Amino acid sequence: MTLNIGLIDYGMGNLHSVDQSFSRLNQPLKLVKRPEDLKDCKALILPGVGAFDPAMENLAKTNLIPELKNWVNDDRPLLGICLGLQLLFESSDEGHRDGLGFLKGEIKHLPRNEKELIPHIGWALLNQHKDCPLFKKNPDKQWMYFVHSYAAVPSNPQEVASSVDFGDEKITAVIWSKRLSACQFHPEKSGESGAKLLANWLDWLKKETQILY
Amino acid sequence: MVALRLIPCLDVANGRVVKGVNFVGLRDAGDPVELACRYSNEGADELVFLDIAASHEARATLIDIVRRTAESVTIPFTVGGGISSIKGIKELLRAGADKISLNSSAVREPELISKGASQFGSQCIVVAIDAKRRSQSTLGWDVYVNGGRMNTGLDALSWANEVCSLGAGEILLTSMDGDGTQNGYDLELTRTIADSVTVPVIASGGAGCLEHVYQAFHEGNASAALLASLLHDQELSIEQIKNYLLQKNLLIRPLEY
Repeated sequence: MTLNIGLIDYGMGNLHSVDQSFSRLNQPLKLVKRPEDLKDCKALILPGVGAFDPAMENLAKTNLIPELKNWVNDDRPLLGICLGLQLLFESSDEGHRDGLGFLKGEIKHLPRNEKELIPHIGWALLNQHKDCPLFKKNPDKQWMYFVHSYAAVPSNPQEVASSVDFGDEKITAVIWSKRLSACQFHPEKSGESGAKLLANWLDWLKKETQILY
Repeated sequence: MVALRLIPCLDVANGRVVKGVNFVGLRDAGDPVELACRYSNEGADELVFLDIAASHEARATLIDIVRRTAESVTIPFTVGGGISSIKGIKELLRAGADKISLNSSAVREPELISKGASQFGSQCIVVAIDAKRRSQSTLGWDVYVNGGRMNTGLDALSWANEVCSLGAGEILLTSMDGDGTQNGYDLELTRTIADSVTVPVIASGGAGCLEHVYQAFHEGNASAALLASLLHDQELSIEQIKNYLLQKNLLIRPLEY
């Protein structure tokens, strides 16, 4: 069974890679560029590579922001990836524009630390903080690929499903709140472990959409 | 903490992978997409494609390689060679590249780094520096451009710091003296730059054995090591290198099974 999943296209990067990673799982994605494209979509993916302000500007141009607000208010499934995670929050150190504000909290510059380089680039091991449908079938150690200089600091720490070590601190790696989920790393670029995570999201979606729709 | 990375480098000319010594005498080393898949499956942490032909005609071929690689490879990859405009950067990112490496064009037009970083984010702007040790009377390294054919007279260390302040997210540092020789990375060059900048440095040029790769991390303080001839000639596999580095207690992403 394939679902109708929308991939939001607002001109910010990794669309092709995300699309490919889902097609390897036999799940086609439908490009969403304007509100009309949302028709029949059961779940959405908000990808993103680049800087916060241009991303918010580009997203605003699609006229999708009010629709996305309704989407999340209706508790429908959405997966944010990388910059797509950051846009879900209220604001960012990287820019002046307001974020989408679906989650309380802000995006902070990574803590300056002698032991860590910024941008934070490479494979890191996830620390799991709570059960979440993205991990249910992954008992193995999970190395994921990160490329970022900013990280989410949610007002509600319960929303953090997993983190990675950064110097002596832990930074947000996965957010899970109701049906809203997001990863700071790139599952579409994280080899087998990334593919498993996306497959777990799809499995969860298939069950969840039967309840929802 | 991120793991130290092993990055196979594929020098591409007219749709084929090639390898030369000290930037000359190129020989065929295989199909780029096929090799990319092989290295990804064998445990590479990332890949780099450098278009060393970088002609106008070759651009379409390169974009095709990038697109096909993005279809089958599940790890990040960087593309460099002859990229000289924001349009050129955008084109390759849209085709599926994760990062873009700028070299000669960054020297010619440093604003390309800052423009690229502000539009696409620092994380996808890599600046490649080809450095050659100065003659014995003067210390330091000169920056070369145009595939190692032209000495810019720029000092490698000051240029590295400048590209970081302009917004480069990573430095791909090639020792021209070591490139293709398999005599070992220039550890002094690698450490000098790595200790001075706050972004990750990828050591390149000269890897010939397991110990060389270990030294790039241990002595050179590199965040990643670029590998070419060593892998292309099948002298060592990524698995062998990773096992060696794991034994030496370095933080390495183990192979997935």
